[in-house]
Amino acid sequence: MCGIVGLFLKDPSLEPKLGHMLTDMLVTMTDRGPDSAGIAIYGGEVAGNAKLTVQSDTPDEDFAKLDNDLRKLIKGKVAITVKDTHAVLEMQADQVAQARAALKDIRPNVRVMSHGESLEIFKEVGLPKDVAERFNIRSMSGTHGIGHTRMATESAVTTMGAHPFNTGPDQCLVHNGSLSNHNSLRRRLRREGVHIETENDTEVGAAYLTWKMQEGATLGEAMESALEDLDGFFTFVVGTKDGFGVVRDPIACKPAVMAETDQYVAFGSEYRALVNLPGIENARVWEPEPATVYFWSHNDGPTAKEKAA
Amino acid sequence: MQSFDLEAQGLRALNAALNAQSSETNQTVWEVVNAKGSHAIAVGLDAPIEVNVKGSTGYYCGGMNKQATIHIHGSAGPGTGENMMSGKIVIEGDASQYLGATAHGGLIVVKGNASSRCGISMKGVNIVVQGNIGHMSAFMGQSGNLVVCGDAGDALGDSCYEARFFVRGSVKSLGADCEKKEMRPEHIEFLKDIIAESGVDAKPEEFTRYGSARTLYNFDVDNAGAY
Repeated sequence: MCGIVGLFLKDPSLEPKLGHMLTDMLVTMTDRGPDSAGIAIYGGEVAGNAKLTVQSDTPDEDFAKLDNDLRKLIKGKVAITVKDTHAVLEMQADQVAQARAALKDIRPNVRVMSHGESLEIFKEVGLPKDVAERFNIRSMSGTHGIGHTRMATESAVTTMGAHPFNTGPDQCLVHNGSLSNHNSLRRRLRREGVHIETENDTEVGAAYLTWKMQEGATLGEAMESALEDLDGFFTFVVGTKDGFGVVRDPIACKPAVMAETDQYVAFGSEYRALVNLPGIENARVWEPEPATVYFWSHNDGPTAKEKAA
Repeated sequence: MQSFDLEAQGLRALNAALNAQSSETNQTVWEVVNAKGSHAIAVGLDAPIEVNVKGSTGYYCGGMNKQATIHIHGSAGPGTGENMMSGKIVIEGDASQYLGATAHGGLIVVKGNASSRCGISMKGVNIVVQGNIGHMSAFMGQSGNLVVCGDAGDALGDSCYEARFFVRGSVKSLGADCEKKEMRPEHIEFLKDIIAESGVDAKPEEFTRYGSARTLYNFDVDNAGAY
């Protein structure tokens, strides 16, 4: 199963409530998957800066003086905000690559959950309610976000197997379904030099999109070619810096419901996830079509592009 | 009228109360409030009662229904009316995938659109949709009628047996062994009655009939590619 939620705000007055609304939506989906949960939130962007969200199983040791140590190595400003097993490191955008390389040396057990100007990803093993509490997601504001609660089928229940997966700067992916050609695709991507950490099928899907975009595709084009190259069942929701996208495989047996009002666009695996949103009684509610790439962006209007199956 | 607050009283209590009704009950009209997309509302009913669900429902509302009339004042989730035997389900909004799957009898009316796999493996149910239906509808349909006032998606009636499909609009594609058929007077008569019973807006003469070409009933090596 797995449960997915997404919320894209059009009305800026709702932004302080984003974390709260998204948490409620995700908690409602708990019975679709109790193994792990994660939320990606877009917000708090500072011009010229970027954020690295990192995770450690031993945060007390790893995060102590981490900002100081990094500051010395990259010779720039580093701010750290520790939340349970995660920490958000904020620095100049052009020093992120240097900091990532340095992290590997000075904190080998620290893993990067996300990087981007506005994206932060928090994910752990456990129920959505508990994971959201550990990271105080309810208090977070933002422009849009996506969440996932996992019922593991293809690989182990671990932090690294939890969704969302960070695909590229300010990009992330959540998945309901299972990919059946992930082993051969993983081998193919590794030959292309793509780094894939786990045996998880969704990570391969995320790596595939990243690779396509490195090759010059836009996210929309990468999602369209995913319809050709990924075999199996999927409803994907992808987050980007200024919006989110939805694509379902041509069979479309994994559920998806969307709602739109003047204030927001919302996604849920089931209508239950949407029932407490403001004005849902009068929202336009529909199911996204199979093999069709949908996008909502703060910069452009919505698009829906059908790909011949 | 009996009113039931699903959020306050819970699903098991609702279904236990509804399942306890017999054909002699005098509690014939029920209202369910705060449905909020919950699963398995009013399943397994077997009494001539009317259940009005205020709001949208989740998976399997009205599954295995016998005799009862279930009116959903909202949209319906996946598998609504699955394996229904008799009675009636009316959905004011849209219906999600596999509406009326394997249903043996009764009538399902959708005022909006129905999604993919509508009437999959239908075994005698009548389904009337005011709007459109999605892909792979009536896959392996064995008996019953699917009446669509709008358009049908890809692969309508794939591998169907003796179920009949009436579509007023376009059909994106027909499934394997499904073909267009002539409209005879008995089909017009049937449509006249079911349109009246369903309360949808359409004229019998506007429909095209589709059904099985009966070439896949027995294995023929020349058809191997179609399996």
